[in-house]
Amino acid sequence: MMSFMKGRVLVVDDDTALAEMLGIVLRGEGFEPSFVADGDKALAAFREAKPDLVLLDLMLPGRDGIEVCRLIRAESGVPIVMLTAKSDTVDVVVGLESGADDYIVKPFKPKELVARIRARLRRSEEPAPEQLAIGDLVIDVAGHSVKRDGQSIALTPLEFDLLVALARKPWQVFTREVLLEQVWGYRHAADTRLVNVHVQRLRSKVEKDPEKPEIVVTVRGVGYKAGPS
Amino acid sequence: MSGDSAASAPGRSGARPERPVGRKRSGSRWGRFLESGLLLQGGVQGSPVIRLFMRWVRRPLLPVMRLWRRNIQLKVVVTTLLMSLGVVLLLGFVVIGQVRNGLLDAKVKASQSQATGGFAVAKQRADEAASGTGDDVATADGRPAQNVIQWMSDLVSSLSSGGQGAFDVVTLPASEADGTGGRGPRASGEVNWSKSVPADLRERIGSSTTAAQSYARIVYNNKTRDSQPGLVIGKQVNDPNGNPYQLYYLFPLTQEEKSLSLVKGTLATAGLFVVVLLGAIAWLVVRQVVTPVRMAAGIAERLSAGRLQERMKVTGEDDIARLGEAFNKMAQNLQLKISQLEDLSRMQRRFVSDVSHELRTPLTTVRMAADVIHEARVDFDPITARSAELLADQLDRFESLLADLLEISRFDAGAAALEAEPIDLRDVVRRVVSGAEPLAERKGTRIRILGDQQPVVAEADARRVERVLRNLVVNAVEHGEGKDVVVKLAAAGGAVAVAVRDYGVGLKPGEATRVFSRFWRADPARARTTGGTGLGLSIALEDARLHGGWLQAWGEPGGGSQFRLTLPRTADEPLRGSPIPLEPKDSRRNRGLDDAGLPCGGGDGEKRATVPAQPVSGPAPQGAKRDPIPPRATPTADPTALPGNGSRVVPRPASGSRGKGGPAGAEQPAPGGVSGPEETGRDEEADGRSGRDPVVNGPRDEDDGSVGPGGREAEQGDVDRQGEASRGR
Repeated sequence: MMSFMKGRVLVVDDDTALAEMLGIVLRGEGFEPSFVADGDKALAAFREAKPDLVLLDLMLPGRDGIEVCRLIRAESGVPIVMLTAKSDTVDVVVGLESGADDYIVKPFKPKELVARIRARLRRSEEPAPEQLAIGDLVIDVAGHSVKRDGQSIALTPLEFDLLVALARKPWQVFTREVLLEQVWGYRHAADTRLVNVHVQRLRSKVEKDPEKPEIVVTVRGVGYKAGPS
Repeated sequence: MSGDSAASAPGRSGARPERPVGRKRSGSRWGRFLESGLLLQGGVQGSPVIRLFMRWVRRPLLPVMRLWRRNIQLKVVVTTLLMSLGVVLLLGFVVIGQVRNGLLDAKVKASQSQATGGFAVAKQRADEAASGTGDDVATADGRPAQNVIQWMSDLVSSLSSGGQGAFDVVTLPASEADGTGGRGPRASGEVNWSKSVPADLRERIGSSTTAAQSYARIVYNNKTRDSQPGLVIGKQVNDPNGNPYQLYYLFPLTQEEKSLSLVKGTLATAGLFVVVLLGAIAWLVVRQVVTPVRMAAGIAERLSAGRLQERMKVTGEDDIARLGEAFNKMAQNLQLKISQLEDLSRMQRRFVSDVSHELRTPLTTVRMAADVIHEARVDFDPITARSAELLADQLDRFESLLADLLEISRFDAGAAALEAEPIDLRDVVRRVVSGAEPLAERKGTRIRILGDQQPVVAEADARRVERVLRNLVVNAVEHGEGKDVVVKLAAAGGAVAVAVRDYGVGLKPGEATRVFSRFWRADPARARTTGGTGLGLSIALEDARLHGGWLQAWGEPGGGSQFRLTLPRTADEPLRGSPIPLEPKDSRRNRGLDDAGLPCGGGDGEKRATVPAQPVSGPAPQGAKRDPIPPRATPTADPTALPGNGSRVVPRPASGSRGKGGPAGAEQPAPGGVSGPEETGRDEEADGRSGRDPVVNGPRDEDDGSVGPGGREAEQGDVDRQGEASRGR
């Protein structure tokens, strides 16, 4: 167990028992949890706590999780992991589209949760000095910035990771499973919708025409690859 | 007659306003009628060459025939045209006949009286000449002939002068021999006598003294005058010398013919208009009826396509309006019912979703708490530690049970959605197999993959397919008793298939259908190592069905089992067959057959394998209802009916339904379709050879050759259909 991994986690959940249990587990793993039970207060709590990661229940009193997710994403790229009881297509996809980086379906095992949180937090650390090019974009990996013609494009850490993963091996076609492993840190194959949704979101930010992607190209029946630079 | 050709024209032009295509079809209508008879014959019998020719002839006509079959308006209009054409023709014939008779009667009467008068004059002149110039006649012998010649010429000119073109007069000698001596034929008005006077009329006149008449064509020597129809009336009279000669009156019927052709023309024009107008009227009338019908058909189609708001426009109170009202009422009721069902389904889905959420949140807390306790169990006393383990284990089980239940209820609510995209099933199979490796290792089982040399791509939901295959592979390992498990992939035609074969305990008769029942367990007493929920195969079946695919099971007791998943290569494509036979080649029956050297006739078996099984396995997965023999299939498909089925079978005497050598097809054991295999299953213990009998074989298709005596085949046939039920459910 990594002894001191700093991490403030904001838990947005209305179920007090679950929130308390989450707190116990997170503290046990060395995180600093803070709690908010109401969707309306979530944004204020977020600004106050400045967490490194948000654990967000989708079903909340007041503002629902999707809305909260959208609000947080509007002002920050902090990793958001949704807690959802529904693995149905619509809920998950709506959640992901509203800006969540990952989701975890209840009931989950504590280890699973912690692994997921770690994966997301680890991604936002470890800078390595590296300059990459993909299409007409220039990526500064250490500086965590993407620029087109000197103009920087704002990406969330996850979107950045996705882009970097593709840009590092432009000759390789990545299956969704491989991307899940490299970007999300899943060891076993999981829901490939994660990849689909995030590729869409990434495209909407970096492509000139998201309908005709040139940077993240779909290889039908296989996966994605970086466009020619 | 000319009316004929004139009246057939409207038939053609009448069809024209109907449809642009109508022109094309009407042109070949007659040919088509003619050919359709021929085609029929050609279809029934005839050499391949003729058939080929017929096909070649028929091909361009197909669209026309199709239009004819489908378009009632065209049918009515064409029928109306044909029938009115017939009526007009008939009428025309009658009317023209009458007019002609009327015209001719008057003319003939007038001509006859004219001719009679003429004959009388000729006779009188002859008498006068005979008495007045009696001396001349008596004294001079050279002149009289000269006189007669002159007299006759005078007679002809004087007789014809009364006609002024209304008739001509011809005199002919009584016989050809008399032609000499100057008393040759004479004719007024340049009439060509030899062509104008029919020979048979001359004969008739020559043989009697009465007048006779005939219709003939009057021909003139003058080339500029056309010949014309005429009436010829002739009589044999005597010249002044008392020698007979023939006197003919030729009455041209030009006027009458003109009148008649005028009438004909008028009638033809009128007939043409009548036919065309009738066609147009028929078209309009039919349109009035057909338009609402077509509208109804179109709206019904749109309704069935899900646009439930569609309604017919209703105007007036006639029958059509009533049709529209009834239709709209029906549509409204349908919409109501559908929306009720949709509401129900939505409520159900909502309920499932809510229950899911409400259950899962506390379960998550419990789960986490249990895990924390479980992690810390080393510090507990043995009893508490064991309790912690049990708690964690059973929570796992509870979780998977809950997940499966929710999944099943999602299927039941129709909330399951397919996210199909082209996937390579080999990847899925490899993932599944690698995931099952740990379990296989524990069991001492080796999992082999066959048929993964080339891609096996299908449009499918990878998540669901993986779930199905994981289920099948884990089941196979679990029940495989440490023997090999073979996962076989194949693609052919429009289908891909994955079959999972094990050589373990297999399935008892009838179990091949029951394995898919919810919470069904092969043997309640059998220990389960992985603690499945009992819903796995039910969910797998639903997953397969969602793809429009099949999931089927085959097994024999002690001989292992095979589960086959067949998926259409592209979504929405109906399955017609599977690339992998359901019963594996190495089934005991097939192997027994090979080793024993076909004691019961191999050719029979091959035939059997190719002929009957395929159509049975044809229907789509929902086919249970459409199955040709549903009454037998459904009871076995219904889990509740199953126990009864088994018990009914057991007491049956072994010889009772064997029917070996008996009538093969007729000996199908009545509802107890299971009896066949059940018995052969028992039989197996006594008779080693019969081990090849299928225990439960699902639909036998493709090349899995099977040989059996007639009676057995019948029984197996039964079982086949039973197996069918599994995928139908």
